[in-house]
Amino acid sequence: MLRFLFRRLIWLAITLLVVMSVSFFLMKNVPGGPFDGERKLDAQIEANIQKKYHLDWPLWRQFAHYVGPFNLDEERALLASGDDGFTLWRSELDSGEPTTVFGGVLAGDFGPSFRYKDFTVNDILAQSLPISMLLGVLSMMFAIALGVSAGIASALRPGSGIDLSLRLAATAGIALPNFVIASFLVIVLVFMLPLLPVAGWGTIRHMLLPGFCLGLVFAAYIARLTRTGMLETLSADFIRTAHAKGLSSRTVVMRHALKGGLLPVVSYLGPATAGILTGSLVIERIFFIPGTGSHFINAATNRDYTLAMGVTILFTVLVYVLNTVVDMAYTLLDPRIDLEDE
Amino acid sequence: MALQRVLRQFLPVLLLGAVLGAAVYTTRGARLEPADFVFNNGTEVQTLDPATVTGVPEGRAIRMVYEGLLVSHPETLEPLPGMAERWEVSEDRLTYTFRLRQNALWSNGDTVDADDFLWSFERFLDPRTAAEYAYMLWYVTGAKAFTTEVEDGRPRNSFDTVGIERLDRWTLRFQLEAPCPFFLELMAFYPMFPVCRRAIEDMKARFPDTWEKEWLRPENIVCNGPYTVKFRRVNDRIRFEKNPRYWDADSVAFETVDMLAAESYTTSLNLYLTGECHWIDVPPANVIQELRSREDFNPIPYLGTYFYRVNVTRAPMDDKRVRRALALTIPRADIVETITKAGQVPAHTLVPPGIAGYGGTSMPRNGTFEEDLAEARRLIEEAGYGPGGKEFPPIEIHYNTSDAHRDIAEVIADGWAKHLGIRAKLSNQEWKVYLDTQSNLGYDVSRSAWIGDYADPNTFIDLFVTGGDNNKTGWGDPRYDALVNAANLEADPAKRFQLMSEAEAVLMEELPILPIYYYVTQTTYSPRLGGYFPNVKDEHFPKFWYWMNDEELAAKRAKYPAENFEEVKTSGPPKGLYPPADPRSRTDSKAGERKVARTTEDD
Repeated sequence: MLRFLFRRLIWLAITLLVVMSVSFFLMKNVPGGPFDGERKLDAQIEANIQKKYHLDWPLWRQFAHYVGPFNLDEERALLASGDDGFTLWRSELDSGEPTTVFGGVLAGDFGPSFRYKDFTVNDILAQSLPISMLLGVLSMMFAIALGVSAGIASALRPGSGIDLSLRLAATAGIALPNFVIASFLVIVLVFMLPLLPVAGWGTIRHMLLPGFCLGLVFAAYIARLTRTGMLETLSADFIRTAHAKGLSSRTVVMRHALKGGLLPVVSYLGPATAGILTGSLVIERIFFIPGTGSHFINAATNRDYTLAMGVTILFTVLVYVLNTVVDMAYTLLDPRIDLEDE
Repeated sequence: MALQRVLRQFLPVLLLGAVLGAAVYTTRGARLEPADFVFNNGTEVQTLDPATVTGVPEGRAIRMVYEGLLVSHPETLEPLPGMAERWEVSEDRLTYTFRLRQNALWSNGDTVDADDFLWSFERFLDPRTAAEYAYMLWYVTGAKAFTTEVEDGRPRNSFDTVGIERLDRWTLRFQLEAPCPFFLELMAFYPMFPVCRRAIEDMKARFPDTWEKEWLRPENIVCNGPYTVKFRRVNDRIRFEKNPRYWDADSVAFETVDMLAAESYTTSLNLYLTGECHWIDVPPANVIQELRSREDFNPIPYLGTYFYRVNVTRAPMDDKRVRRALALTIPRADIVETITKAGQVPAHTLVPPGIAGYGGTSMPRNGTFEEDLAEARRLIEEAGYGPGGKEFPPIEIHYNTSDAHRDIAEVIADGWAKHLGIRAKLSNQEWKVYLDTQSNLGYDVSRSAWIGDYADPNTFIDLFVTGGDNNKTGWGDPRYDALVNAANLEADPAKRFQLMSEAEAVLMEELPILPIYYYVTQTTYSPRLGGYFPNVKDEHFPKFWYWMNDEELAAKRAKYPAENFEEVKTSGPPKGLYPPADPRSRTDSKAGERKVARTTEDD
């Protein structure tokens, strides 16, 4: 298990490096910059801004400065040429102010946001990630509860009316985009029966609608996976043995069949969590939730280079870690799987 | 395997702990008491630093917390005393002297004086601040050189070369290069608002690395306006709290104001309809038809024009006759009636109406739309295209991705095809790419718009001087440049407008742009909101806002015209909420109690 984790860690580093370089250079190659607006700026003012944000540097230097771990700022520590010639390493500026040698992502600093100038990317991620995660966990709970129970109900009586209607509902859940469902629920639960707040963030009541809407499509997938998994397990020999031993069908299903039947669901949870995190953009917009999902898109359209990079790196790490956790959970559910053999 | 057993037992506990932790963390501080007044600002503001902002949403936030030398009247936008008590303008209109009030305080208790202003203006113009709006102050002598002449990343000239002078602790004098008729308006414009020198320098000393952000944090920011910042969350809200040290705090009614950052128009409308928000700036386009009959939606002319830029460096648009034909064939009436629908007005000039004293010059027309079409066909034939002539090469209408822009482009392309036989394709681009294409003249015809910064034709006319940064058409005409230049040097307002009108006549004859419609304001607000008026710049001033009581609301409603004023359910307290200075506030015991509580807190 430890060797497995160590190997995963090395791969994470490689993945991150690739993701960082590809997205950094791709982004810089897209026309338009963070400070372009309807009004084109005077050339000198534009130059002043570019200088302030180091956009006048060659790309390699911007990248090296961003990744770190060394601070490449001219007035800063490394590679500084002061009045007394070229110094490689120093802890003070010419003015006597202290400075740091280290900086960039590797030093844990994602830089200042270009768009939200009052915040660093670290600030923004620290504010929005817990919100996104809470929303994600809530919708995952909805999805699993709904999906697993629907899947079991279907699998117990395949071909029955219940099975058919649940499968129909699951197909509808997959086919309908979540903003349609969200709009429909807002009309019913906010305007027709004023039960829930229309949008915003703050209390549990604010989280119910968005959590449900976000989880619904995943509930539908989980229902189908559970049904398939359960059908397969229910026809296995050990289930017949369990029945023959005189166990109640309740015990057979819940204790013996479910464990095997849920394996496909567990392997789906990794991608599903990734989907919930990155796909929450629409729900965040509709329900006005200050999560990370909307930064994922907005940062790119605003050319907020540092925030876009920050969110990308964060999501890469999250998806990677979650997939690793899912793989580990697999061994807990299925003794036949051994991570060392990977 | 031992590790696995441990995991099997603790993983669920860990996960549950993580969920609970996240729940506590995210709801921490989120349970704010509902604010007295809530409005939707439409997006997250870029910063609260007045020097480096541009944009309408940022302006709204800045006006909550800072005040400049002057403020504007909420309805007429005339300059009123702000930090300056009174002001004088010299005979030649080149010298402005402002006398500051001596009772103005920062929220940290310091006095606001001329030094704060001087330091703030220096900071604003300094190239290291990288202020986008710095050019707005270039009317002052030496200011342009101070910002643009850079040596080793520092300004080459000393600030003494700039025509802003401190005469004594309470007096500031501005020396202008040329008369600037809107200079007073400019002094009420948010980039000109002061910041607290001592507060920023303290932060610089305490946080040498991160002071640029530290001084703007809610717990550190020092303001001189009607409100201070209490709480901020990106993409959610800014909670403002009344600034008890504001010089005119007795005229400020609300104790707390929330400024939301909801981007979706539909969500914004939903919040408004459920009473969780009391003012939204733009409702979704598809409900405008229904809103128009309501008392809370009253569009009025807005200082902005929607038009197409034409790339005059490309054939056949380099031919003036072709451009005129294109302009005459645009079905403006159809566009405003069937697409935009909020009462926009068909445009035949660049400068929108609503600037007092300016008439403007319309593009040459032939009477009815039918006659215009006939003229357009004649022009196209004269230019050598159409039946018997060359085939008109297909052109592209370039716009930034949006349904409304696409619908308009479709109608226009259809008109060109039907009446002139010109095939026009639509081509849309994402916003920043679109801006890039437009700047590099990579288009044939490109959607554009311009919203005036100040109520003067100059903000529009100035765009199309030869080689101007925002010209983006490749067009230039020495006659136009000469007229604009002459107007900028002219001290007599009537003559100046005359020269600008003549310049606009040149532009409308040459038509490097095709005017389409003038904007209207779309602000939708609770009828109970007092001190708030729709105006030509769609700018609103927090210090005047209050809630009307039922009596005042009924009086307001009694004055409505018969049509288009269907009464709606209003949000806001039925008892009203008036500023302490208003005699009606004394009948409201709740406001009184709160006031007492606050004074004891200050002691």
